[in-house]
Amino acid sequence: MKADIVIVGGGPAGLAAAIAAAKEDNTLDILILERDHELGGILNQCIHNGFGLHTFNEELTGPEYAARFESQLDELGIRYMLDTMVLDVSSNSVTAVNSKEGVFTVECGAVVLCMGCRERPRGALNIPGLRPAGVFTAGTAQRLVNIEGYMPGKEVVILGSGDIGLIMARRMTLEGAKVKAVCELMPYSGGLKRNIVQCLDDFDIPLLLSHTVIDIKGKERVTSVVIAEVDERAKPIPGTEQEISCDTLLLSCGLIPENELSREAGVEINPATNGPVVNESFETSIPGVFACGNVLHVHDLVDYVSEESGRAGRSAARYVKNKGNGSGPVIKVKNGAGVRYTVPSSVRTSELEGDLIIRFRSGGVYRDSYIDVLFDGVSKIHRRKPIITPGEMEQVILKNEDLEQAPSEILIRITEN
Amino acid sequence: MEKRELTCINCPMGCRITVTMQGDDIISVEGNTCKRGYLYACNEVRTPVRTVTTTIRVEGGEVDRISCKTKEPVPKEKIFEVMEAVNKASCRAPVAIGDVLIPDCAGTGIPVVATKAVSPA
Amino acid sequence: MDNSFDVIIIGAGVTGCAAARELSRYNCSVLVIEKDEDICCGTSKANSGIVHAGYDAKPGTLKAKMNIRGNEMMTSLCEDLDIPFKRIGSLVVCTDEANREGIDELYERGITNGVPGLKILGKDGVKKIEPNISDDVVCALYAPTAGVICPFRLNIAMGECAEQNGVIFKFDTKVNDIRRTGDLWTVVTDKDTYSARAVLNAAGCHADELHNLVSDRKYHITARRGDYMLLDRSLDGFVEHIIFPQPTKMGKGILVTPTVHGNTLVGPTAIDTDDKDEAPVTSEGLSKVQEGAVKNVKGLPLKQVITGFSGLRAHEDGGEFILEEAEGCPGFFDCVGIESPGLTACPAIGEYMASLISAKLGLTKKDTWNGICRDVIKPFELPAEDRAALISEHPEYGRIICRCETITEGEIIDSIRRPLGAKSLDGVKRRTRAGMGRCQGGFCSPRVMEILSRETGLPLDSITKSGGDSQIVIGRTKDEG
Repeated sequence: MKADIVIVGGGPAGLAAAIAAAKEDNTLDILILERDHELGGILNQCIHNGFGLHTFNEELTGPEYAARFESQLDELGIRYMLDTMVLDVSSNSVTAVNSKEGVFTVECGAVVLCMGCRERPRGALNIPGLRPAGVFTAGTAQRLVNIEGYMPGKEVVILGSGDIGLIMARRMTLEGAKVKAVCELMPYSGGLKRNIVQCLDDFDIPLLLSHTVIDIKGKERVTSVVIAEVDERAKPIPGTEQEISCDTLLLSCGLIPENELSREAGVEINPATNGPVVNESFETSIPGVFACGNVLHVHDLVDYVSEESGRAGRSAARYVKNKGNGSGPVIKVKNGAGVRYTVPSSVRTSELEGDLIIRFRSGGVYRDSYIDVLFDGVSKIHRRKPIITPGEMEQVILKNEDLEQAPSEILIRITEN
Repeated sequence: MEKRELTCINCPMGCRITVTMQGDDIISVEGNTCKRGYLYACNEVRTPVRTVTTTIRVEGGEVDRISCKTKEPVPKEKIFEVMEAVNKASCRAPVAIGDVLIPDCAGTGIPVVATKAVSPA
Repeated sequence: MDNSFDVIIIGAGVTGCAAARELSRYNCSVLVIEKDEDICCGTSKANSGIVHAGYDAKPGTLKAKMNIRGNEMMTSLCEDLDIPFKRIGSLVVCTDEANREGIDELYERGITNGVPGLKILGKDGVKKIEPNISDDVVCALYAPTAGVICPFRLNIAMGECAEQNGVIFKFDTKVNDIRRTGDLWTVVTDKDTYSARAVLNAAGCHADELHNLVSDRKYHITARRGDYMLLDRSLDGFVEHIIFPQPTKMGKGILVTPTVHGNTLVGPTAIDTDDKDEAPVTSEGLSKVQEGAVKNVKGLPLKQVITGFSGLRAHEDGGEFILEEAEGCPGFFDCVGIESPGLTACPAIGEYMASLISAKLGLTKKDTWNGICRDVIKPFELPAEDRAALISEHPEYGRIICRCETITEGEIIDSIRRPLGAKSLDGVKRRTRAGMGRCQGGFCSPRVMEILSRETGLPLDSITKSGGDSQIVIGRTKDEG
């Protein structure tokens, strides 16, 4: 089998990348390989609204947002294969399996990695206790409720205040369950403020910051969990234990980009994001292999995924058309104080589409601070921000003409007041 | 005079805003750090509304539940009445996105529409 | 139905299933009674998965004999029953000059026990074959015959093999009483009452209770909990041998080993508990595992943990395997105190107990006996052509359900339909590895539930995690009522 571009994953990133690549060059043969029975990825189970404000200027639910992209896909005649699992990736081929073709290899000019992410499971959190039924990651529960139409339980405690956990607190409440508490290990929530108000406060669900689950009870099905307050080092404080009876524990404790294929292909991974190291074109350390969406770094907003993926898709199209990369000076993007990572981490000015957006996350909560951008040590941007938190992605936009001065290094840092 | 406490949702600051009211009149808004916070607080105390998103039963479809939403936000206090009405209702495949499934949900005057398409089984 | 058997075996763990398989060679009727929903639900499911070389046990003990014999039997047993097994060798690591003698002692003991190939390696020798070992290493005892095995497949395969040779299994059946009635034993369960000419007590942590029902000589088993951490397969190759610290009175200490499937396993602790059924992981246990792991292996990335679990070992006060006809109880045979090296020893224990029972009952061997049993077909272990043929004939072998371990719908269906097949998510997991990977079933569990529901005809809300009342979902949304 042959294709110009193979897109691994048909969720929001894969759809946007495919569409953008087709629009860049409508002669290209683009193939999406999707492991589930339908396109749209995680959007299918995100039935809440809040998607699309940046992309379509209206508030859509996840399935509606996905459907907009799917109809463009059809108009552009982009090929896709469902129930197809990719097994192996290199710069010029992708091997996959499905029930019709068996194991097959697609030879291609470029690959875009759009595998998304997975949830951190109970085991990776080292939560003590028994292992009864009734412990779910929030996303698994979301799939069961919203797609399969089944209730995971009726009395719920949620560990972790990530957005999926908050959304599920409301969702379970609407479906008649009692959500008794949301515990967050950190002294601040990892979720969006809007979700805390509209998913917890609206329903009087307590958010217990600096709390964690220290025991799970119940042999067959969860019967209760024990929670406790934690100190600054996240260690449970003796004497603060509280047992809460419940039949369900949902976990919303972080997302991990699914880069097993990328690692096996030899793509360089940034330990701060667990995603590939990419340049301005979203190209990984392997020429012709691009990455975007949550496989690259975990996003809060799907609109940003779509936008980045569009750039990745166009870059892949140009890579195929030009039979390789342009060569030009490379600017390093460095993260300074308070910045955990940046995407991209290097820039070739010759390949820029226009202004450059650099996205990043902070390593902690900063109030009344400044985001600083320095070109070779010289201040270029000094922007005041009332608050910066790890839970919300930040961005700076660098003007194309400014970059033409081609510094050798761009440093981004947070300066406390 | 009545004091209402709110958390602003416009940004991660999450300003705690206190709105002082006399009947339906807003006397003062305190605690916000920007104009967006002021506007949010005024709307939230006068007419708090929410879009309800949930699922509804489908008959004769390739799946038996699909997602749906209130086409416009409904008054916050009506959320559970809306849920009750949706839980009782069902629709018949095929359904297209945007199809009206309940014309006037729980007396809000607002329809419930499909957010996902479903083909017949 | 006829409720009388020649032999009733209580417990479908490795000991019970090994004995059942060996007894199925004889002309006799055998019933296995298991209190849980499936084979491999107690001690056999949560252990280190190690086939020990045999230098630990005191010479002359049953532990030593059964260990050596079990280790010898393992290669052909694993070929016959299609059980993943790799003889990767073990190292007992000494990190303190003062304890060097301990290694010499182990070596001597091993030689006396008849362990082949033992060698004491100096620091350089250890470092050469295991570069990530602690820099404090002084020397180590190397035992090339130690290996890693899939404990689930070992247990299930022996059960399947017994079943295909006529052994009957009753699950979800708890023995409440055993008494002597004339020349027979009456076994009273929460379901039915059975009678047998001989009873084999292979009840793990509860073996003392069953024994004490019938015999005046009393035993006492303590459940000794072991906590483990299982690390991601991406660390494959970090260690290439089973790495033990020097043993103590409480056991062999916290080991670090690759599993037969390429994960890295760290553990166990040894904490005596009162509860013989529930084995909760504790934070105390996990910290001990973490401390123990880094003592002998440097830089082990414990952050790559994918799950923690714990198991219970049946420790009898005497510290020895009790494999005999119980005192004053003709025809009542005990397998009591089967702790480590029980997994290694199980084929030998089965062989030994079958010989005792057949002699007692005067059993004769069957003319034909089928000792071969294939595992679930794994398309990704087949040569490309065979796999292509399999998928074109059975498309379900081309549909991946568990992404992390690359497990297909075909494998899951096979695990459910085969004799003594899976009835729950954990049953499917132990037979196929679906849900055992890094996402721990986050993605695949709803789909495995659907397949279980379709195959068994049970509604989805009756599907359990591990039998009993462990239903995963409680009902439908929008439920009228």
